[in-house]
Amino acid sequence: MPRRHKRWLTTLLLSVTGCAGPFPQTTLAPKSDFGIAIDQLFTNIFWWAVAVFVVVEGLLLYAIIRFRARPGAPPPKATHGHTALEIGWTLAPAVILVFIAVPTIQTIFRTSGQAPDGAMQVEVIGHQWWWEFRYPDLGVVTANELHLPVGRPVALAMTSADVIHSYWAPGLGGKRDVILGRTSRLAFTADSIGTYYGQCAEFCGESHANMRLRVVVDSASAFDAWVAREQAGPAPIAPGSVEEKGRAVFARSACIACHTMEDVPAARAVIGPNLTHVGARSMIGSEMVENRPDHLAQWIANSAAMKPGSKMPPMVLPPEDLTALVAYLRSRQ
Amino acid sequence: MSASATGLRSWLTTTDHKRIGLLYFWTAFVFFLVGGLEALVIRAQLAGPNGTLVSAEAFNQLFTMHATTMVFLALMPLTAAFFNYIVPLQIGARDVAFPRLNAFSYWVFLLGGLFMNASFLFGAAPDGGWFGYANLTSKQYSPGLNIDFWLLGLQILGIASLAAGFNFIVTILNLRAPGLKMMRLPVFTWMVLVTQFLIITAFPVITVALVLLMFDRFFGTSFYLPAGGGNPVLWQHLFWIFGHPEVYILILPAMGIVSEVLPTFSRKPLFGYTVVVYSGVLIGFMGWGVWSHHMFSVGLGPIADSFFAATTLLIAIPTGVKIFNWIATLWGGQIRFAAAMKFALGFIAMFIIGGLSGVSHAAPPADLQQTDTYYVVAHIHYVLFGGTVFGLFAGMYYWWPKMTGRLLDERLGNWHFWLTFIGMNLAFFPMHFIGLLGMPRRIYTYGPELGVSTMNLVSTIGAFLIGIAALIFVYNMWRTRRHGAVAGDDPWGGATLEWSISSPPPPHNFDVIPTVASRLPRWSATQLKAIPEGAETAAPVHVPAGSWWPLIAASSLPIMATGAIGRMLPVVLAGVAILIVGIYRWAYEPFEA
Ligand code: HEC
Ligand SMILES: [Cu+2]
Ligand SMILES: [Cu+2]
Repeated sequence: MPRRHKRWLTTLLLSVTGCAGPFPQTTLAPKSDFGIAIDQLFTNIFWWAVAVFVVVEGLLLYAIIRFRARPGAPPPKATHGHTALEIGWTLAPAVILVFIAVPTIQTIFRTSGQAPDGAMQVEVIGHQWWWEFRYPDLGVVTANELHLPVGRPVALAMTSADVIHSYWAPGLGGKRDVILGRTSRLAFTADSIGTYYGQCAEFCGESHANMRLRVVVDSASAFDAWVAREQAGPAPIAPGSVEEKGRAVFARSACIACHTMEDVPAARAVIGPNLTHVGARSMIGSEMVENRPDHLAQWIANSAAMKPGSKMPPMVLPPEDLTALVAYLRSRQ
Repeated sequence: MSASATGLRSWLTTTDHKRIGLLYFWTAFVFFLVGGLEALVIRAQLAGPNGTLVSAEAFNQLFTMHATTMVFLALMPLTAAFFNYIVPLQIGARDVAFPRLNAFSYWVFLLGGLFMNASFLFGAAPDGGWFGYANLTSKQYSPGLNIDFWLLGLQILGIASLAAGFNFIVTILNLRAPGLKMMRLPVFTWMVLVTQFLIITAFPVITVALVLLMFDRFFGTSFYLPAGGGNPVLWQHLFWIFGHPEVYILILPAMGIVSEVLPTFSRKPLFGYTVVVYSGVLIGFMGWGVWSHHMFSVGLGPIADSFFAATTLLIAIPTGVKIFNWIATLWGGQIRFAAAMKFALGFIAMFIIGGLSGVSHAAPPADLQQTDTYYVVAHIHYVLFGGTVFGLFAGMYYWWPKMTGRLLDERLGNWHFWLTFIGMNLAFFPMHFIGLLGMPRRIYTYGPELGVSTMNLVSTIGAFLIGIAALIFVYNMWRTRRHGAVAGDDPWGGATLEWSISSPPPPHNFDVIPTVASRLPRWSATQLKAIPEGAETAAPVHVPAGSWWPLIAASSLPIMATGAIGRMLPVVLAGVAILIVGIYRWAYEPFEA
């Protein structure tokens, strides 16, 4: 039943919007148990609302047309009220609300963030204005791109490093605020392989609009391969190569004060994203721009020009150092 | 100096509720236009993806100031304009209970609004959202003056609202004409009374919240800062314990206006007066038990979520009852489609939509997808624009002739209504879809890949239509100065006391205080009737003189705030001195000058 309603709603949407999507952040095509539970509840409420809308607006419109003043008509009868009617229209909404409240409360308890035993644990940390993802059981730390296996329960334990943000990837379910000094939880099982887009939903300062993320839901084997590569440690560097020169630039620049880079022993800071495998990410700056050499160079030179307010200060480097640095970062697969 | 005197001085010192009402009206209307302009810049920025009209920083200031202005500087004071002008007339009084306190409220409001907007001159307009969530508003994450302007401005405005709240409660409870029992009060006055109780109970909560924030920012305390043992969620609780009643502070007066306009233009008494009054009171009470529905995404746990979902759903019942009673009022009537009536009917039609979308985010799981998206932006604008603003426009067309002696033009009113109606639906209806398709609110830019560009363009076009409609209304008001049809005492055949006296009323309102024998004193079974006169015979009425002290006392507040912004203790102390002297002289000022 709800499935059929859903298609109806989507068709309506498409005809209204005059475009065919693909709507990468839609809440109406959920691909997880959490998202589907919400969607069923919303669909239920939606149809109640449509019914009430039609009845009440219909009555209003009828009254407006039927009882418009006509010249020569006798003055209207002064009715002051009607007890039975008034009791009736107090009870009617009450009954409808019961039909909404019961599934609502059931869904609240079903979606309260309790993951089954054996769920994969991921820590989510919101930063102004990027996302950190840690897999404590796997020893993996990454940024802005969350990788999950399909069909396996996931438990997100989330907090913030600074102000309040809200983790939201609509295709996989609802959002949850992340707050400094508090752990909030979400639990869900993704049911389809794919890439899901999301972004911070709680206003968090200048670049709130640019605090985006993606969730890559993979088959079990593809996910394991990703984990193996992340765990493998830094990619090796040929002696005398431009990458080696880039690493030297990195090691003597301010980068190490903010970033972790496994093959640079001095770089263990956690103010910015972990860069050990930055070359493997498809985008940089929390989905601001594609991960390309020219973008990396612009980002390092002046990230705030791409992302207003960026907490990474402009890094002034001689051009050949910058080129080497970019080559090095690109090689961090 | 009598209250009918003219000239600048007479306005600066006035204590006449009608003049103060007009001052409120014009000031709030200017702020309404300012807030509207801010909205148009926002919509222009979002007309297409990757907009570059304004910077991220400017955008954040604009949406913060748009909401702050509309809530505190436009809509609340516009309702206050009607409280001031109309309530004393509806209850057969010669003024409010505390005329000088009334003047003080107005001046504090004006100066608080100017103080808040002065931040633009420093390029430091508030930028933390109208909800100002901790810990983004802390000194660490908002080091500029922006948040200082916001919190001090709100503190000043809160004083204006509180003073007016007490004044109107005392006025309504004590200054009613003989025979005007509580259950004979016009519904508008009833809703004003409920609103004032909400104001005097809700504003202290935001005041406390702001004082704590002020301590955090000015003196390094940690009420909202986890590092020092504080909790940013505390701010959210305090803010919404105020914030939800605030929604009713904005909507109940509009419901009151609609409950006056519908009977007048259907020539039928309000259906179920008692139920409409009690449901208004009930909404006022229930509004206190729902605040955490603004915080479902915080994750307060399934028990709290279930409780607040249930209380929120319950509010739909008294609200639904009101809507049915309004429709029943129309039923069997003789509906005249004056502009006031069109806006009142538009109010009902739009408020239904806002109420229904509200039910969908009363369900916490559904809200986890909807909150902080454009879906909620759609919802609040159906409630506050389709609701409150439509109600206010209905009130403006309805009472303009009483306030100025001249009628607003109906043909322009027709254009105004339809453009506003079409514009608002174009602007706000697509936002439901924009939100469900995943666009968060408060973002200065979005990518074309979201697939919401066309809908955003439509929304922007709608917003500009509303802007054009507002210009038509401004022209209409301007026109009435010379060309408006003369109204007479009662252009509409209204049932309540304000229509029994001249338009505009004389300074003392009533030559003889009327005696009221029914709920609709001017309506008999078949026709309009004169109000029976009281035992008192007409005698010269003494009108109190004006006073400078309310203005002087009010001016101390922005002085103190300026001192605080500039971290200049002597200036703060000078403000305190002015306040003390102002209140002392005011207290000992002879009432007759
Ligand atoms: C003061 C701290 C700081 C310094 C110094 C710093 N960064 Fe960053 N960096 C950050 C922060 C914070 C971010 C995340 C910004 C965002 O996305 O909003 C970041 C992001 C990045 C990213 C994008 C990562 C991604 O996955 O999106 C790269 C690449 C990067 N920094 C490289 C460098 C290099 C190279 C240097 C030295 C030349 C450097 N950073 C110096 C703080 C710093
Ligand atoms: Cu954010
Ligand atoms: Cu609320």
